[in-house]
Amino acid sequence: MAVVTHTPGENVKVKNRASNSTFLRVSRYVVTRLLTLSVTVVIGIYLTIMIANMGGYVDTIMRNEIGDRVTQTIAANPAMQQLDPESRRKLIQERIASEEKRIGLDVPVAVRNFRYLSNALLLRLGRAINMTSDSGSKQVRLIILERLPATLLLMGTSQLFLFFSSVFLALNLSRRYGSFWDKLVVALSPTSAVPPWFYGIFMILIFAALLKVLPFGGMVDSPPPSNPVDYSLSLLQHMILPGASLILSSFFLSIYNYRTFFLIYSSEDYVDMAKAKGLPSRDVERRYILRPTLPNIITNFALLIITLWTGATITETVFLWPGLGRTLYRAIGLYDIPIIVGSTIIYAYMLALTVFMLDFIYALVDPRVKVGG
Amino acid sequence: MKALQNTFQKLWMYPSAVVGLLVVFALVFTAFYAMIKIPYNEAIRLWRGGEEVWYQNPKFAAPAWINFFSSKDYAESFAVRTTDGSMPKQVTPGAEGTSTIDITYPFTFTSDYFPQDMILYLSSNYQQKQPFLSAKWLTPDGREIRIANLAISQKQTYRFAQDEKLKTRLHTEDVIPQLFTDPETGKIVKGEYKLQITGTTFEPDSDINIEYVFHGQVYGLAGTDQARRDLTVPLLWGTPVALAFGLIASLGTSVLTMVIAAIGTWYGGWIDELIQRITEINIVLPFLSILIMIGTFYSRSIWVILGATILLSIFTGAIKGYRSIFVQVKESMYIEAARAYGASSPRIIFFYLIPRMIPLLIPGLVSSVPAFVFLEASLAVLGLGDPVLPTWGKIIEDANANGALYRGYYYWILEPATLLMITGLGFAMLGFALDRIFNPKLRDI
Repeated sequence: MAVVTHTPGENVKVKNRASNSTFLRVSRYVVTRLLTLSVTVVIGIYLTIMIANMGGYVDTIMRNEIGDRVTQTIAANPAMQQLDPESRRKLIQERIASEEKRIGLDVPVAVRNFRYLSNALLLRLGRAINMTSDSGSKQVRLIILERLPATLLLMGTSQLFLFFSSVFLALNLSRRYGSFWDKLVVALSPTSAVPPWFYGIFMILIFAALLKVLPFGGMVDSPPPSNPVDYSLSLLQHMILPGASLILSSFFLSIYNYRTFFLIYSSEDYVDMAKAKGLPSRDVERRYILRPTLPNIITNFALLIITLWTGATITETVFLWPGLGRTLYRAIGLYDIPIIVGSTIIYAYMLALTVFMLDFIYALVDPRVKVGG
Repeated sequence: MKALQNTFQKLWMYPSAVVGLLVVFALVFTAFYAMIKIPYNEAIRLWRGGEEVWYQNPKFAAPAWINFFSSKDYAESFAVRTTDGSMPKQVTPGAEGTSTIDITYPFTFTSDYFPQDMILYLSSNYQQKQPFLSAKWLTPDGREIRIANLAISQKQTYRFAQDEKLKTRLHTEDVIPQLFTDPETGKIVKGEYKLQITGTTFEPDSDINIEYVFHGQVYGLAGTDQARRDLTVPLLWGTPVALAFGLIASLGTSVLTMVIAAIGTWYGGWIDELIQRITEINIVLPFLSILIMIGTFYSRSIWVILGATILLSIFTGAIKGYRSIFVQVKESMYIEAARAYGASSPRIIFFYLIPRMIPLLIPGLVSSVPAFVFLEASLAVLGLGDPVLPTWGKIIEDANANGALYRGYYYWILEPATLLMITGLGFAMLGFALDRIFNPKLRDI
């Protein structure tokens, strides 16, 4: 409204300067955050490795890998095949011993853990014991990376939907404070105490077992349709139930939380002032209520995603969704230690990434963010 | 005391709080009832028991009350024996120390389905000559089927379904359905069946005892699982375990978080900084994956997992929330007064700072109970439940592993799930109401 007095040219200039400083501010903030977060991640992964290696489990992974590799090289070498079994076994043992020494399995645990840390940070996660990736590789990194897209697809879709739908509904409810729907949401908010996989069981029971309208689990029909359109339709159909249970488990609580933020902010004096000025209610909502609450909402959402990340393991298991969580579940069953350690590290990375992305968005929406202040 | 009374009075104004409170009381009552009714060792014996404990029960049997809701009638399981008189035994002495033993057991069968199995457990005592026994099956339509003629050793099991002679006599591979069908129409015959057993002993002190086990489709209040176990045992015992886990974890976490936040804020400086950094690192640590690692590598004991859970849950977002409030409280006049008269730092922290925060602690504590109760269930579903204790999560795990949803054993999942749901909702509702009572800022909204 105040813009009316400016000429168009002036307006553009002002905007440019503003965006320039925003860019500087955000990028400085992001770089600092990135640095602190990477230190945090390094320490976090070191702790993870320490927990895993308390019983020498990472050492076992390394020893197995060396054993496998040495035996295979010797078996593949035609010159060695002439040797009699006794001296061949001796040779293998010698090589394993020297290889273990080279890799440092004879140094103290604390030093060794640092070496594992650098391996983990570079995603050199070793070889799986029993499991293989769909392409037939035993590399833990490949097995996990192959599963990651499925997890990201499910989590990403459901969380974006959750975020936008609950903010939208919360805005609507805050306008109708005290109405029937408002009271209903308040009354239903304790339902979020129940984790998503639990709703999943009920969803499967109702929609798959009793009504037989949606599949029990999996990601696409078997065999997968070759036509891309059919494929995406089948994917969509399989995503409804796991997605719905992920959303449902936090739906009412997030609406309730956002609504509370909106209500707190809409009782501020400047909102009354904006209303008194005669601004349309849409503008009041967007500029005077939504804008200042966004940082709060984003923090709230960040905490929600972090809890959902861990909960997704079991949701995927219940729905046989071929993502990271289900891989972890299968690894537990097969006692595949490298995969368990590897996926813990990947989860640590994912969490750090989530925290970083939300920090980034936070810096974009909150003009008060000051670097070094 | 007055404050407590006040709180209770306010609680009555929230219907959800009343419901929540009732649920919590009911759960506590059930927990004590379970622990008194089935002592710990007995519960473990039953839960870990195999065929020798549970042979009387059918497998995968739904609870008996589904007959109220179903248009079809399911046969209820039963087991009767002569030793406790539930199957009447009549002994008639004969000549030269012999005696005749008559056992007739009539029962009404109105089910639309055949029973899973029927078994006779026979036992006898004798010196040289084995007692002899012959059994007959009398159907409601007046047919009489000869079942078994056999000499009984000390202990013997007779399975109807595996008697080759009976199979040939009935011209079928499936003996049990045939015993309940009219051979002409091929339909199930309903009415009073009779199992008639006549035994003969040949020595003065010789005796026969029989246990007749009938495996129907339904059993008891809660049904049975794949190992014939009565589900009432883990359902009952799951209550104290879930409550103990949830309450200890949430109490430990909230109290420790608060104490650490108070210490950090009070001393400030590097201690505060350290706590902040640890919190940031802890947020990046994947909580469930680490619990999974601990469960797979070290110990699945519920107490180890509980300890790890508390340790990992101290340094979370909550510590920041407490900190921001403590920073305000620290500047209050009464703290300054305490400092002026020379109170030591620990005294200020534990007697001045923390008591101020207890009203904030309680709602958070109650609301976080469901998360921990479900965490235990989640770990059990992943196969990392306590190996010894019967818990609700273990039932769901067993059910899932046996494909309960695909095979239609809905009761198996729904029973523990409903209990978990009630527990979760009960605590959550109470926590929400407490939050509104203790945080006046929220009350108007």
